Formats: sequence, structure tokens, C-alpha cells
Amino acid sequence: MALSLPDVMVTRLDQLANWVRKNSLWPMPFATACCGIELMATGASRHDIARFGAEAMRFSPRQCDLMIVAGRVVMKMLPVLQRIWLQMPEPKWCISMGACASSGGVFDTYAVVQGIDRFIPVDVYVPGCPPRPEQLLQSVLDLQEKIRRTGTLTGREFAQRREYEGPRLVPAPDSARIVAPGDFRSATRQWDQNA
Amino acid sequence: MSYETILCTLRERLGPENVTASQFRDNYRLVVPRHLVYEALACLKERDGFDMLIDLTAVDYLHYPNARDRFGLVYCLLNTATGQRLIVKTFLNEPELTVPSVWPLWKGADWLEREVYDMFGIVFEGHPDLRRILLPEAFTAFPLRKDYPLRGRGERHNFPILTRAES
Repeated sequence: MALSLPDVMVTRLDQLANWVRKNSLWPMPFATACCGIELMATGASRHDIARFGAEAMRFSPRQCDLMIVAGRVVMKMLPVLQRIWLQMPEPKWCISMGACASSGGVFDTYAVVQGIDRFIPVDVYVPGCPPRPEQLLQSVLDLQEKIRRTGTLTGREFAQRREYEGPRLVPAPDSARIVAPGDFRSATRQWDQNA
Repeated sequence: MSYETILCTLRERLGPENVTASQFRDNYRLVVPRHLVYEALACLKERDGFDMLIDLTAVDYLHYPNARDRFGLVYCLLNTATGQRLIVKTFLNEPELTVPSVWPLWKGADWLEREVYDMFGIVFEGHPDLRRILLPEAFTAFPLRKDYPLRGRGERHNFPILTRAES
């Protein structure tokens, strides 16, 4: 409907829609680890995410437009995460909160996904282990700025981004594999000479 | 009943060469061979009153200094009437990684044996439902074995990629 209007009118409508959307983000708290505690603290009265209009946390993805992935995601949880992401209606955004969600963090093991951006799109990354509530609030502000700049009424900004934006997946060579140490007293890790 | 009595009755039952005992402070340990472990545990439960299986776990001794066997299977028992604790251990080697399930003795062994199977690939014969408990069903390796690489064999990268346009 909006596409049949003159361009100037569409631009104004885009701005209006962006202004409405950015000040009323409904987060989907995908909290799997200790970052979830900081996420709760951000929602509580002291830090009060309601000051930025993102206090309406809903535990149904159908009602949300901002997914906050707080904590490490293991390979058994990733299909769940992808399914929940697909269940969220457009327009939707994603904040990767903390080192584990962004890169796997210290959990460089067989079961932990090394950053959710390898498999779902991410808009804002929050560093920290876990991040302070102020950092999460700043990421919400940054996301609001991003929505203000790039958002369109019809969601064209998503359709334009067809390329995969995450890191390139490089299969690890056999020499990069880490195995258990031969001597527990002298080392905690040892490069595998046999592989 | 003292630990010496328990050890004596067990040696009578299984043969003295089949039970090795050791002690460190208040930690009493028995090592029995694989084919006698069920008999030993049944005897300990029925006769000596070790009615609670505290833990059942396994150890991989690959690359371990001076180790002769590949896997060690550890049963931690508790007598809830007297408070006595006992650790029973048995050793397994490939390719015979099967051991009788102790599920008929302690129902709590159900998930513990499933976890040991999941992580080490040790098969418990007679277990009612020996499936993976922690890892996905499609997982093929046994990741707590020491010859399994810490970063896996690419299982964590094996997912479809959702892009912005299609989601």
C-alpha cells in the first residue's frame, strides 16, 4: 500500500515506522548462561531497560522483534535457536550478548558453536564476559540508531542483505587439532604430533 | 561390618587373586576383573548393605604414565545404614568394551550408564534403554575418549546457515 504513494511520502512513513519500532523493541531473551543474569539485571529496576522502551520481554518468539542471545550456544541448542529465529515475525533484529555467543568465548570445545553469527544473522555484538548491564543498554541504543538509519517500512533493508554476513567457515586442518596431554603434570594442552 | 570383613567375604566368593584392595586414608578401593564386577557388586549390595550407588563413571588412561589398561570403570557405593563408602573399580580394554549393567541392582544406574556410554562408548549389557543422554542422537564419536580431538571433528560447524534475506 505504501509503495503506491509518492516517494517523499514513503520516506516520511519509513521514518515514522522506524521511530515507532526503535522505541518499542520487544526482546526475546534467549538466555542460556551467566549472561542471562546480566540480562535480568538489565531488565530490573536499577538499570531499567524500560527507559529505552525495550522492557516488554516475551517468552514467545511470535511476539518479539529483538532476539538477545545471552550465553553460549551448544550444538544441541543451535537448531532450537535457528527455529526460534525463524518463528519471529519481521522486522526482527539480533543482539549477540557476551563473548560466548559472539565467538564461543573460552569454550573452544567440540560441543560449543564458535559464534552464533556463523549460523544466524547478528546486528549488534556486545563484548564482555559477561557484559555489564550498561554495555547491553548501549547495544540497545546502537541498535536503535541502526534501525533509525537503515529501516524501511517494507523491510527492504533485509531483502537487500542476501549475502551471508558471518565469518567464513574454515575447516580446521588435522595439525590444528588439540588432544589431551600425555603428561598431566607438565602441560594442560599439547599439540598432537601424530595427527 | 568392617572393611576387612567385607574384603574377606568378597575374596572367598570371587577368589583371592581376583580382588585387589587398596586404601588411602578413609578411601577404600577394590579392583575386580571385568567378568566378575557384577557378581562383586551384587555381593556388596545384598550381603554388605551397600544399597546406594553414588556415582558410576569412567576414566580413559590413554597416554597416562604407567597405565596398562585403556579404560577404568569406577563405581562409588554407599551403605546408608552405616555410612561406609567403597569404591569398586574395573578395567576395560578394546575391543571388549562391554560390562554387565548394574541397573538390576540400583535403578539409579540407568542415566549414569547412559552417560558413560555417551562419553566413552562403553556398552552396558542388560541396560533397559542404552541411548545417548547428553549428545545429539546423530553424534557418532565418544568425545571424552582421549583420542578424540578437543575441538571435535567439525560437528560444531555442521549446521545450515540462515541469511538475512531468507529468515
